Amino acid sequence: MADASAPLSRQSSVLSPPSVLGPQPTAVRVRERRWVLVRRALSARFAPVGGLVVLVAVLVAVLAPVLSPYDPLQQDLANSLARPGGAHLLGTDNVGRDVLARVIFGTRVSLIAGAVSVAIAALVGSLLGLGAGYWGGRLDDVAMRLMDAVLSFPPLVLALALGAVLGAGLTGVLIALGVVYTPTFARLMRGQVLAIKARDYVEAARLLGAPNWWIVKRHVLPNAATPIVVQASLSFAFAILAEASLSFLGLGIQPPQPSWGSMINAGRGYLQQAPWIVFGPGGALFVTVLGLNFVGDAIRDALDPRLRV
Amino acid sequence: MGRLVLRRLLATIPVLVLVTSGVFSLIHLTPGDPVEAMMAESQDPVAKEAVRAQLGLDQPLYVQYVSWIGRLVQADLGRSIRNHEPVIENVTRRIRPSVQLALMAMLVSLAVSFPVGILSATHRNSPLDGFGTLFALFGICMPNFLIALLLIFFFGVTMRWLPISGYVDPLEDPLAGIRSLTLPAITLGLALAAVITRTLRSSLLEVLSEDYVRTARAKGLAERLVVRHHALKNGLIPVVTVLGLQFGTLIGGAVITEYVFALPGVGRLVVDAVFSRDYPLVQGVVLLIALGFILSNLVVDVVYGWLDPRIRYG
Repeated sequence: MADASAPLSRQSSVLSPPSVLGPQPTAVRVRERRWVLVRRALSARFAPVGGLVVLVAVLVAVLAPVLSPYDPLQQDLANSLARPGGAHLLGTDNVGRDVLARVIFGTRVSLIAGAVSVAIAALVGSLLGLGAGYWGGRLDDVAMRLMDAVLSFPPLVLALALGAVLGAGLTGVLIALGVVYTPTFARLMRGQVLAIKARDYVEAARLLGAPNWWIVKRHVLPNAATPIVVQASLSFAFAILAEASLSFLGLGIQPPQPSWGSMINAGRGYLQQAPWIVFGPGGALFVTVLGLNFVGDAIRDALDPRLRV
Repeated sequence: MGRLVLRRLLATIPVLVLVTSGVFSLIHLTPGDPVEAMMAESQDPVAKEAVRAQLGLDQPLYVQYVSWIGRLVQADLGRSIRNHEPVIENVTRRIRPSVQLALMAMLVSLAVSFPVGILSATHRNSPLDGFGTLFALFGICMPNFLIALLLIFFFGVTMRWLPISGYVDPLEDPLAGIRSLTLPAITLGLALAAVITRTLRSSLLEVLSEDYVRTARAKGLAERLVVRHHALKNGLIPVVTVLGLQFGTLIGGAVITEYVFALPGVGRLVVDAVFSRDYPLVQGVVLLIALGFILSNLVVDVVYGWLDPRIRYG
């Protein structure tokens, strides 16, 4: 990756002048660049494994009703705590529900929780960071002190406290996790915007009389997007872990609806007789988070090799 | 040095104002009536009105805020609506197990991460390094509660070596106390060890490629001494930063760990307060934890400035 001294997205925008100064990049060049990024991402050591895991997780979440061998809520007391194998690949829980079916439907909750909370955080954080960095002044002071205040709480404690007042349920958890992750994105975006604002091409555009919204849209956002995408991909895995932790503690989606965290919590009372109730969803959680981490690292390496650890 | 401390203290003031305001507004974020939420099981309107008056919720918002801040300044964090005891007393009673757990977890994490991180960096790309990197990755991807349940399953349920729940104070009965805290400390320590191992490995690798390390090797110094006297000292600076940053994770991990192992600590108090909808207790404990967190970050910043003069004068 000798040519990867600077992120491609940044190079492209620096080299391609705004439309008032020159032509737009051609569609072919954009496509070529995309392929370079995909090739780079796939060349990372564990990226293909991670990609496969994420692909399977997404397919399982989307096709849950088709793939699930049983209704995840269907109780069968005569068949409770059945060992894995035969009719129930991952066994059954204390009221005879199929663990595999519940793990499959739990995938939906985990992926939705991860995606939505990170999307909320990325959107709100980016807007705050953009405003703070671009317009500065009072807005910058207020927004950044607010972010400092949010960062003054340990993440899980803040999520618990917010979850407590918003009430148990998936919505409360999504909002709580969105709030917890917002400062990371706001700080990142602000730093990017401050750096981009000082570049010559932004100054040139301003001198040419380009309005603020145009400069933000044409120069600031495309150049600041890379670290936000990298951060979002890395936060996704942690958001899934956080949702599982909250639903393990009893917040989040409420029983009997399946989620990995609440299944593990329900199974811990049966660890001696039926450890599969814990290890089924536990394994799914671990493998998914591991896969997402591999993918996140690969995206980071492909988009910004300088961030590589 | 004094200027750094003063600068950091001044920067903390607006954050403190916002943190206290945030904690104050927690109770008002409840959809609907907070008193109804707290006393959902009660049908007694008189009792509900009493709680409303006790919390001052029948007064205008600004009056509530000013009187809340006034009480805070006098170190009055309010009373639990369940056991009617002051929040401070609730926390004081629970702090000992939490501190003991955190200290033991820190010990476990250092005892694991230092050998693994150093061996990983000094044997780069060897199977040993592969093991170290995998250990760090697994530790980061594995949630606390899953590590806890795996430990309970193997060491508590299957081999029956260690107790799986309950707390004995090590200051009263050292052996039983340490046994009761071993599995929780390993649970909390392993997650921390993973992060420290990763940081120590990468910072040591960077330092080991520096010119002064090459000089030390060139003058014939044994590799062991090169690592111990030359590389480790500089390689530790990022570890100190990460340790500071991990306080939040440590507290969050303690909440889960205390919950799983039924330890009567502050983390368990937060969970209990949340589920009994004891909002004054939630507010008080969350505020105390946030203050502790701000203070620990302040200490880490100052220590870091002391370790690295570039920050002090930056």
